Amino acid sequence: MSELRIYVEGIGVWSPQLADFAALRSWLQGTPSPAPAARPPAATLPANERRRATESVLLAIEVAGQAVAMSGRDAATLACVFGSAFGDLSITDYMCQTLAQTPAELSPTRFHNSVHNAPAGYWTIATGCHAPSSAVCAWHDTVGAGLLEAAAMALADERPVLFVCGDVAAAGPLAPITGSAQAFGCAFVVTPEVSPRSIAALSLRTVPQHGGMPRGRSALPAAWYEGNATANAALPLLAVLAGHNRHCQMAAAGKLGLEIVMENVA
Amino acid sequence: MPRPMIPLAVSAYTVTSALGRGLADHRQALEAARGGLRPNDFGDAPLACWIGRVDGVEDAPLPDTLAEWECRNNRLAWLGLQQDGFLGRAQAAIARYGAARVALVLGTSTASIGATEEGYRRLDDGRMPAGLARPGLHMPHSLTAFVADALGLQGPALTVSTACSSSAKVFASAERLIRLGVADAALVGGVDTLCGSVLFGFNSLELVSPERCRPFDRARRGLSLGEAAGFALLERTGAAPASPRLLGYGEASDAHHMSTPHPEGLGAELALRDALARASLDAAQVDYINLHGTASQKNDEVEAALIGRIFPAGTRASSTKGYTGHTLGAAGIVEAAFALLALEHGFVPGNLGGDEPDPACGPQFAWSGERRDVRIALSNSFGFGGNNACLAFGKAAA
Repeated sequence: MSELRIYVEGIGVWSPQLADFAALRSWLQGTPSPAPAARPPAATLPANERRRATESVLLAIEVAGQAVAMSGRDAATLACVFGSAFGDLSITDYMCQTLAQTPAELSPTRFHNSVHNAPAGYWTIATGCHAPSSAVCAWHDTVGAGLLEAAAMALADERPVLFVCGDVAAAGPLAPITGSAQAFGCAFVVTPEVSPRSIAALSLRTVPQHGGMPRGRSALPAAWYEGNATANAALPLLAVLAGHNRHCQMAAAGKLGLEIVMENVA
Repeated sequence: MPRPMIPLAVSAYTVTSALGRGLADHRQALEAARGGLRPNDFGDAPLACWIGRVDGVEDAPLPDTLAEWECRNNRLAWLGLQQDGFLGRAQAAIARYGAARVALVLGTSTASIGATEEGYRRLDDGRMPAGLARPGLHMPHSLTAFVADALGLQGPALTVSTACSSSAKVFASAERLIRLGVADAALVGGVDTLCGSVLFGFNSLELVSPERCRPFDRARRGLSLGEAAGFALLERTGAAPASPRLLGYGEASDAHHMSTPHPEGLGAELALRDALARASLDAAQVDYINLHGTASQKNDEVEAALIGRIFPAGTRASSTKGYTGHTLGAAGIVEAAFALLALEHGFVPGNLGGDEPDPACGPQFAWSGERRDVRIALSNSFGFGGNNACLAFGKAAA
């Protein structure tokens, strides 16, 4: 099967328990760190946008901003891929409720915020980014499928790519359907070639996969994995990047796995 | 600037929209300048507007083995796959390359949200009613998961959901996967169906026309929404030497506003130039451009200026949204199919609805259909969030 080799220059993480990648590292070492503020700070957004933005936009922009800051790159030049298994579930709940009761009163702002590429739109507007931007999903396989898309873009066009993935808690009738119980987002700046900023090299290999992945042992609470589709797939990769394993496997599609092996860079 | 790309063969394609099922229905309607819009009859309390509705979706249930995916959007996908022998062509490619070597990349804006809306109308004590409590329906990947299941695919399967550029961008994702050797072929396309979210959503933005949409008309009053399904099979050219080619694609962001385009069409121009560069083409070599042309005030103004400043008078340009309505996440594949039809049959569709051309439109506009040789055809697709894509197609090399 084919193998893609990329380098990671920046990592962002946010959840109600995790302010950033450093906080995740300390949890993985058995030292829980203090919880962050209730809303993702998303300092990249102008203040007026930040007040109006939905939780999924704040989450995506927060982790994207962390990853880009770590990479030292100019956000305006980075192609970007934004993934989310379910999109903004609180807006979906609002839209469907309103449509069932008073459809003519649907809010235009909430409607344009309902598109799956809202985080990509807000990010490119806030950073002045004219590079290609995309918004993708693949249900429980969104992290793997999105990482494959971002790696393919980085390697095919020989450019650095920002990959962001996040899901928020569901509201209303969609909560038991989606199982999305709390927010989690992560982001990676990936490049086709090694640079002085490279943190790690990742080799991605597509492999047949049937059925779910065993999670393995982890110092993290099981609820973090179970309550968020992005967290469930991304936490093993983040543990690898934090030095707790050399490899992990995640689903990239219903019957396709992505075997990821990390190597240190000099 | 991107490097020139090695063209791919579009070895099969199909489209189903308000104009009919399959390529022949579409070709006939375009050549006869016969639009498919009708007064809105969708839902219980329809808004007073016109829609591009596909006939017969209600009477075309999914086969029993696929019943877990049952919803209007997946029905339309299944109906679309049956046309032009496309399903057989896809199955033959899967047999030839292997189920793990054919990538699936589909675009959709709202996927099966219509089923979620229906669930909310019939909530059972605050919960999804029994028949709709199917997790696979209430997420934007529903379409792609359904098609992957229906075809037994085992390779990459990705949904691109960038609003109205979704099913144009799938060509770019697929080309990268093939170029890097992750897949040997790709099934691309897109499906979107009429639903409350988009009808009332675009209405809330005051973008829906009370009459048939009139792209690039000076008195245009907004868009007409439509639904459609379209698919294409991409392979290396050696596998299909006589098929039309995907020559290039471009993607770029406006970085301007969530729901209005950049006033100078900056992202649109970047996407267009990116596509021309990948295809190693000069603007003057382009014979036909299928425009995004939604009939919104702003889009058409910006796009008309873009065409006027980049292309010579001999390039032909038209929007086909007057025929199909704006099919949102499916617009990219529908209009890619129209560009391919123009290449294959030497016919430039007329810009239906532009009875009194906006003075911003240059001599490039084909206000009525024109029979002429088309060797290179582009398709523009622009979406909310300032998400722009442009595709370049050409005839097979002589």
